[in-house]
Amino acid sequence: MTILLFSLLVALGSFVAGLLGALTGLGGGVVIVPLLTLGFGIDFRYAVGASLVAVIATSSGAAAAYVREGYTNVRVGMLLETATTIGALLGAYLAGVVSTSALAVVFGLVLVYSAYASSRPRPEHLVGTPDPLARRLRLDDSFPTAAGDQAYHVQRVPLGFVLMTAAGTLSGLLGIGSGAVKVLAMDQAMCLPFKVSTTTSNFMIGVTAAASAGVYLNRGYIDPGLAMPVVLGVLGGAMLGARILGRTPSGRLRALFALVILALGAEMIYNGASGRI
Amino acid sequence: MAHPGASESAAPAPSPPPRGWTEHEVELLLGRLLQVGVAIAGVVVLAGGVLYLLRHGGGRPHYGTFVGEPVELRSLTGILGATMAMRGRGIIQLGLLLLIATPVARVAFSLLAFLRERDRAYVVITSFVLALLLLSLAGLGG
Repeated sequence: MTILLFSLLVALGSFVAGLLGALTGLGGGVVIVPLLTLGFGIDFRYAVGASLVAVIATSSGAAAAYVREGYTNVRVGMLLETATTIGALLGAYLAGVVSTSALAVVFGLVLVYSAYASSRPRPEHLVGTPDPLARRLRLDDSFPTAAGDQAYHVQRVPLGFVLMTAAGTLSGLLGIGSGAVKVLAMDQAMCLPFKVSTTTSNFMIGVTAAASAGVYLNRGYIDPGLAMPVVLGVLGGAMLGARILGRTPSGRLRALFALVILALGAEMIYNGASGRI
Repeated sequence: MAHPGASESAAPAPSPPPRGWTEHEVELLLGRLLQVGVAIAGVVVLAGGVLYLLRHGGGRPHYGTFVGEPVELRSLTGILGATMAMRGRGIIQLGLLLLIATPVARVAFSLLAFLRERDRAYVVITSFVLALLLLSLAGLGG
């Protein structure tokens, strides 16, 4: 296979990943590493490096649209970015020490969890009682609904902070956005309305990934010849996806994509455990 | 410094008037900054990619075993040098660097917005995040 054909195939695969990620709301970043390692036989480290920059591209592109709609809670994002950047630097450091087989197993487990988490309903739990710490940090806000602005109170800030540190670590370790763990932190622990938690989590992904991307670039994990088709493909797919769907995830496609993620997770665990990666 | 959203001349209102930009203005500027950053990075990556494929498209990819990038594609000075020499891979790497710099610029902008709001707690929080990001990128200085 020539570099030209290879680049076109990688770009096509990344385009589909970006498109499905945007259409289902699950994010395309999580399937890039399995696509590159399992599909193209690319070394795990190059794959993570390319995925990381693709994640920055799609999240920043989407955040640009979200932030203007007024759902994103910039203060919550900013506060939790301290947790995710600390985690991201820790993760990037660990990625240089831990064996790729072990990383592949961890990656597989995160994929399986993501598939599981996406199949569960996300009930809205708006809590009416203000939390003193959240109030001191001025985190409470409101978001636009059809019936006017709806106020909400942020809960359990310390627990959210700890979970976000874990999300940042996974992001730096595996080159993904860790959307599933962030949802756990922001929906479940901090009781943010899910539209707010989705957009705020997306808002933070770029910063989190940038923190570890510096380390990866410096370490020589980011190959321009590979990252180029991945970034352009994912970005193109995500832009098309956002355009055709207007950001309402379709149920059946989402379930199908969750199954794909589950299968990829199982294969990553198998390949890691048997030392193939 | 006068900004259309800042109501400095307004009579004493029940709620204090915004001292910096309004929240909505900050959101609009943030969104624009991210959009422009990604667009510029994307164009640079694409230009470098075309150049790279025209010159090396017939070669064989070798990503099966990890070797790591040469020093010139790992540091800021190296990347700038390779870009000046019109090397496709160097230009792509510059685009990726611009992409990584986009969220960093976003945090710097947030810091500015919190400074204008005189929100001391968030000035500290944002400065901390910015410092960590610059620390991570500082490894590129050499």
